[in-house]
Amino acid sequence: MSNTKTLIVTLLITAGLVLNGCQSFHGEPDNNLYQQLGERSGIADVVEDLLYLIVADERINHQFKGMNVAQFHRNLTDQLCELSGGPCTYSGREMRELHADMGITTTQFNALAENLILAMEKHQISTAAQNRLIKRLLPTYPDIRHL
Amino acid sequence: MTPFAAGFINTLVTGRFILLLTLGILSAPAAMADIGSRIWATGGVTNIEGSAGGGLVPWAMLGSYASDEEWGGTLALSRAEVDDYSLSVTGAGLNWNNRVEVTIAHQTLDLDSLVFTLKNGFGLEQDELNQDIFGVKVRLAGDVLYSPWGQWSAGIQHKRQRDFTVPNAIGARDDSGTDVYLSGSKVLFAAVFGRNLLVNATVRGTRANQGGLLGFGGDLNNGYEVMSEAGAGVFVNRQWLLGAEYRQKPDNLSFAREDDWWDVFIAWVPDRRLAVTAAFVNLGDIATLEDQQGVYLSLQGSF
Repeated sequence: MSNTKTLIVTLLITAGLVLNGCQSFHGEPDNNLYQQLGERSGIADVVEDLLYLIVADERINHQFKGMNVAQFHRNLTDQLCELSGGPCTYSGREMRELHADMGITTTQFNALAENLILAMEKHQISTAAQNRLIKRLLPTYPDIRHL
Repeated sequence: MTPFAAGFINTLVTGRFILLLTLGILSAPAAMADIGSRIWATGGVTNIEGSAGGGLVPWAMLGSYASDEEWGGTLALSRAEVDDYSLSVTGAGLNWNNRVEVTIAHQTLDLDSLVFTLKNGFGLEQDELNQDIFGVKVRLAGDVLYSPWGQWSAGIQHKRQRDFTVPNAIGARDDSGTDVYLSGSKVLFAAVFGRNLLVNATVRGTRANQGGLLGFGGDLNNGYEVMSEAGAGVFVNRQWLLGAEYRQKPDNLSFAREDDWWDVFIAWVPDRRLAVTAAFVNLGDIATLEDQQGVYLSLQGSF
């Protein structure tokens, strides 16, 4: 019995190391994610659908009232483009300053994350590319929540 | 019909009230807008003790999809069928603001083959053991998705054994006990071939024999001991999670050796309302019957 258990633990650890090892061994080029997202035009399409979802979402649409939609679309597209390794520069305000007076709750942050995932799914962005983009967005969490 | 299917249907019938409630809630259009805001599958499923977690181990996540401004709840029916036993669990939980989870669960262990051992060896007529579990879990800090250090929760499970004659006869000291645990969970984004990896570690203080179904404390050890539990799973996509769990156990009774538990599971979360979990479980030796392996199936509805 304990042999079986040791075997399984060993297999799990080995599998983990091998999987991680392969990933770092192949080492993706920096703009791989940018390509997977469909470059700037693909990202712009995702952001457009994200905006439609936000407007329809009672949990968060009030936070976006009175916003310059074209500017928001351009800034967020540039931001995701830059984060994914594309040739763009985010020219909007600093994230912490931008969200300082909004009092964004975890519920609202979750709602935005959900809408982003749904928008990416609509554009057939692969699961791996979605996860990689979200991973790169995670450092913005404390700024947006103002923690 | 296979015995397992029959057993599961039996569990469903036993839990018909919960089932009807689940179906009622699932079909209520008013509930559509009220399902919580947390990201799909981040409520885990209902473990065999009623707490949010995997199958055997409580995790740091709280049940349902309630986020910080919301209420949520879960209802679950589970059945494990191993070589000589079957365990049925019905459970329900409420989550307030993703801060506090309150749960209740009822376990029924059908003794199947052990009935003869008990009758011949102890002159006991008993064909099942029942236990109620009242749980509270508090999220202490962090968010399983967004915090770099993960989410940390502490919980208690107060367990009351309803049929103490058998546990008493084999040396258990008490018919009730309270487990205390601390749990940390974290989703690592794009960690395995671009897939998200969920890792969980739990430490539990307990006196429970076989989770409490065989009572609390015993002749070999009667005090609290610290047990380690762990789980890990890979999200193939946001609807499918593949993983494994391990749960260390005390060994308090000289009557029979108690083994650690482990399982390999697959969970399907088609949307926030429903989670289906299937697993292969290995519960080791239980009350003299050796190497108890089998299958586990669990249905959970969230609202």
